[in-house]
Formats: sequence, C-alpha cells, structure tokens
Amino acid sequence: MLILCCGNPDRGDDAAGILVAERLKELSIDTQVCTGEPSVLLQQWDGAHDVLLIDAVVTGSPAGTIHVWNASRTRLPPQPSESTHGFGVALAIELARKLGSLPERLRVCGIEAGNFDLGAKPSAAIQKAVEDLADRIAAECSHQSQDSLPVLL
Amino acid sequence: MTARTIQVETLARVEGESSLYIKMAGERVADVKLKIYEPPRFFEAFLRGRHYSEAPDIAARICGICPIAYQMSAVHAIERALGVKPEPIIRLLRRLFYCGEWIESHALHIFMLHAPDFLGYADLIAMAADHRELVEKALRLKKIGNRIVSLLGGREIHPISAAVGGFYKVPTNAQLLALVPDLEWALQVSVETVQWTKGLEFPSFEQDYEFVALRHPDEYPLNEGRLVSNRGMDIDAAEYEDHFTELHVKHSNALQSVVRGRGSYLVGPLARFSLNFEKLPKAAQEAALSAGLKPPVKNPFRSIVVRAVELVFACSEALRIISEYEPPAVPRSDTPNRAGVGQAITEAPRGILYHRYAFNERGLILTAKIVPPTSQNLRRIEDDLREYATQLVAWPQAEATWKCEQAVRNYDPCISCATHFLKVRIDRETE
Repeated sequence: MLILCCGNPDRGDDAAGILVAERLKELSIDTQVCTGEPSVLLQQWDGAHDVLLIDAVVTGSPAGTIHVWNASRTRLPPQPSESTHGFGVALAIELARKLGSLPERLRVCGIEAGNFDLGAKPSAAIQKAVEDLADRIAAECSHQSQDSLPVLL
Repeated sequence: MTARTIQVETLARVEGESSLYIKMAGERVADVKLKIYEPPRFFEAFLRGRHYSEAPDIAARICGICPIAYQMSAVHAIERALGVKPEPIIRLLRRLFYCGEWIESHALHIFMLHAPDFLGYADLIAMAADHRELVEKALRLKKIGNRIVSLLGGREIHPISAAVGGFYKVPTNAQLLALVPDLEWALQVSVETVQWTKGLEFPSFEQDYEFVALRHPDEYPLNEGRLVSNRGMDIDAAEYEDHFTELHVKHSNALQSVVRGRGSYLVGPLARFSLNFEKLPKAAQEAALSAGLKPPVKNPFRSIVVRAVELVFACSEALRIISEYEPPAVPRSDTPNRAGVGQAITEAPRGILYHRYAFNERGLILTAKIVPPTSQNLRRIEDDLREYATQLVAWPQAEATWKCEQAVRNYDPCISCATHFLKVRIDRETE
C-alpha cells in the first residue's frame, strides 16, 4: 500500500497529513509526503494499485473528525475554489478518473481542519485525530501482513 | 439605452483570486474594474532585516508557479549590488533552471487554463473527458519541467538550491543527460502544439500596445538584457523606477504599474516575441512562421500560440545547455558582506519581474522593492476589456461573460504574485 500524506506544516491544522506521516515513521511505516499539486500526485501514484491519501479537509464537521472516502468508487465532495489555488487532491482524483489512471484502490482519509492561520500550531483536536488515524493505519498494515480485512474501509 | 453588468464572481483558471466588473451603457463600456481582493502579502516588509543570502528563498515563496523567477531576479539584483559575477556555467545553469519553469508554467496555462476557453469547456476535467490525449501531453510536459526544476532546485515547488553566487548544489553531467530523451519528446510536442493552437478560433481584436521586454544582444531573454519597448525605451534595470511607477486604485489590493507619462503597457509572451523574434532559435522561428505568426502580434487571444512558440524555445534552449554542460569547479562563489544597492529584471513566464534591494555593511536588507509581471499587466488587462467589451454589447450575457473571462486569461495573470481569483460582473444600463 502506498501512503501519500499531503499538507502544509506552516498553516495550522493543514499540517494534519504531515503529522500523520511523522507518526507513521515512528511506527516504522513508510509514507511519501507531497504538496497535493495534481501533476505531481498523478506521478506519485503512477503504477500503484492500492493508495491511501491523507490530507486536511473542510466539510463542516467538527475539527478533528476523521473521514474516509473510497475515491476509486465515488467523487469527493466539491471544492469551493476554482483558481489554481484550488488545484489539489480532488482535481487530481477527478482528472485521473477521466484519464483512466486512477489507482485500482484509492482511499482518501481526511482530517477535518478548523484553523489555517499562518504559523499557527495544529489544534489539540487535530493532534488527537492524527494519533487515532495513525493507529488505525498501523493496525491495517499489521492486519494486511496477515491477509486480514482492512480496518479503514 | 440598455445598460447591463457583466460580473464574474469567481473567475476560474487563473492563479490567485479576484473578480471582474464591467458596466455597459448601451454601445458604450462605462466602467471596467479588475478587482483584486486578496489581502496584501507584505513580502517587501518581511525581507527587511534579513540577510541578503535569505532573499532568494523568501522571495520565492511569493509564487508556487514561478518561484524561480523570484529567485533569479533576487540573486541578480544582489550580485549587482555586491559586484559579483558568477562563472559563465552558472549563468547557463540559471537559464536551464528558468527553462524548466517556463515549460511547467506555459504547459499549465496553454492546456489546462486557456485551452478550455477555445474548446468550449468550463474546466479541465470536462475537457479531459473529450481530449484525453491533450491533457496527457500537458501532464507529461509539466512533469518534464518539474524534473528540471527539481534537479537544479532540490524540489519542484519553492526550490531551495539557487543562491547568491551560484547554486548550493549543481547537477552532474549524467543527471542532465538523463533529461535529454524527455526534452526531445517535449520539443516535438511543443512544435505540434504551435500547429494545434494556430487552428483555434481567435476573436478579431488588436490593440496598439506598448510592448516591454528584456532584450539581449545574443539570446532570447531570460535572465539578462536591457529593458526595451516599441516606443523607444532602452534602459538598464537601475533606471526602471525612473520610467515606471506603481499606482494604487481603490478596487485592487495589487498596485497597477504604468509607464510614466504614457500609461498602460504589456509584458509577457507577446512583448518578448514581438521585440525579440530574431533571437529565437531556428526551430521556434520556423514553428512561429509556419503558424502564420510574425512580430508584432497585437491580438492578445493569440498569446496561446506565442506561449507554444516559447515552449519550443524553452525545450530547444534546455537541450542546447545540456549539450554544453561541464560541472563548475565550485557550485557557488563566496560573497562578501558589504553595503550596496542592486536592481535586476528577469523574464518570468508572465513577463518582466523587477527587484531592488538595498542592504547595509552587514548584508542586512534595509529596503526591498518587487514589481511582479501581473502588476505591470493589470492596467493593460482593464484597457483591453474596455475596448473588447464594446464588441460584446449585443451578445447574450453568458457568452459575453465567458469571452471577458477569456480576455483576462490571455494574460495568464498570477494574482497571487500581484498581491494575489476572479469574479466577473457586467452591468448593462438603459440611457
């Protein structure tokens, strides 16, 4: 399983994906950190069959809520921005779907973010969600080695 | 007389956030405002008190699309202030670095941001369903640009290797030679792209622009040259502020730059091409001429063809540099701490980018001034719309709005640079 972690460590809760990568590293699980820029993301999952992508999201849920979407089967919720600033994970996924280059299995884990202030620290709710998600991924990775069912979705 | 308003609340497919308001009163365009509402970003103030060696990395953070332009204008301005001249091979590597950014940026704009306008799609995803091959080409071209930037800069976005005096790390011959097959493919696809773009439908619209671009005696401009215009300007970067001034308008958080005593001017692909056609490599000149493109190009909608010609240039130039490359003995020469003032202009994908730095004897920056290309084009975009919208008076609202958005995208504006999306509103009024 390829684990891609997106985020910005300098924008408050947007660091969520990066923090998950750091926690998984401590648990000896390999990840790749990425910016979420679509052309780069498409390169990063090229050839991978099973991809887990982690990023901060905004859906209106309470901060720290963990969402899991099976993006190979369903579209992600639409993004509000149409400028290239909004060219991110959701665009990359829909573009890959149109081009037929979506990984066979692509799950997106979103941690609900509440604060994107420059230089802000991630909130306590985000830090707890990071720990919870990393534990669930670690559990799935250990189950995978025993050919068990996935924990996440 | 009928009056109406065209307003795009969130103009898509531009870098950054803004809105467009056009008021039409019968046959007349009464008002045009490109409203830049993103907050000011204060980079010039962040730079004060920092050591000059930090400026290239701080300035690069202004833009995720053209960080190299910011790094290049910064290093050149600072080196001028210090009286430092890097080795010729460093100069070549900087040109190669810039070619990578031009390939990334032009491929993004031609195929992903501008092509949907010409092909009648609301966005890239809708276009991808019917033009898969086009999108795949764009992605591969962008990936090739990314590889160059990554190799020379350490990473694709906000690279970190460019330094005052050279680079922190330079590539080996083998690393550069590994780029050649991809660049040969990119060159071929760029030539095909010129042919493809020439077949698009262009509105009949020409303007008598003052084109402003760098001109170098021997090469198509990237990092060096005198600043020239088709109105007789021929100046050194140090004279820039004597000839240009920035104005604040109420509806924009970005300043609008004008030529003192004359007004708006145009920078970017059309200006470079019109002022430097003879400096393009043969492959790019031939591609342009075969597309019926001769300087000057006064129809801004044809900028998509000119960008494709510049893709041919960037790929050819990258291949040429790689063929001549020998790694330098040292990647970076040491630079002294001394007081100084230096200015430089380089050619970002969207046009000229001016930087000026003054620092003290400890090398700490006292003042910084940065004039990005989009600030220089903002007034010109409004002037284009003021003229172009008169052609749209009888058009249905939705089509008129679409065309106005397209007219803005002719400039590939990077609003993030200029402060920093676009909303368009057209008002129609009966007199």
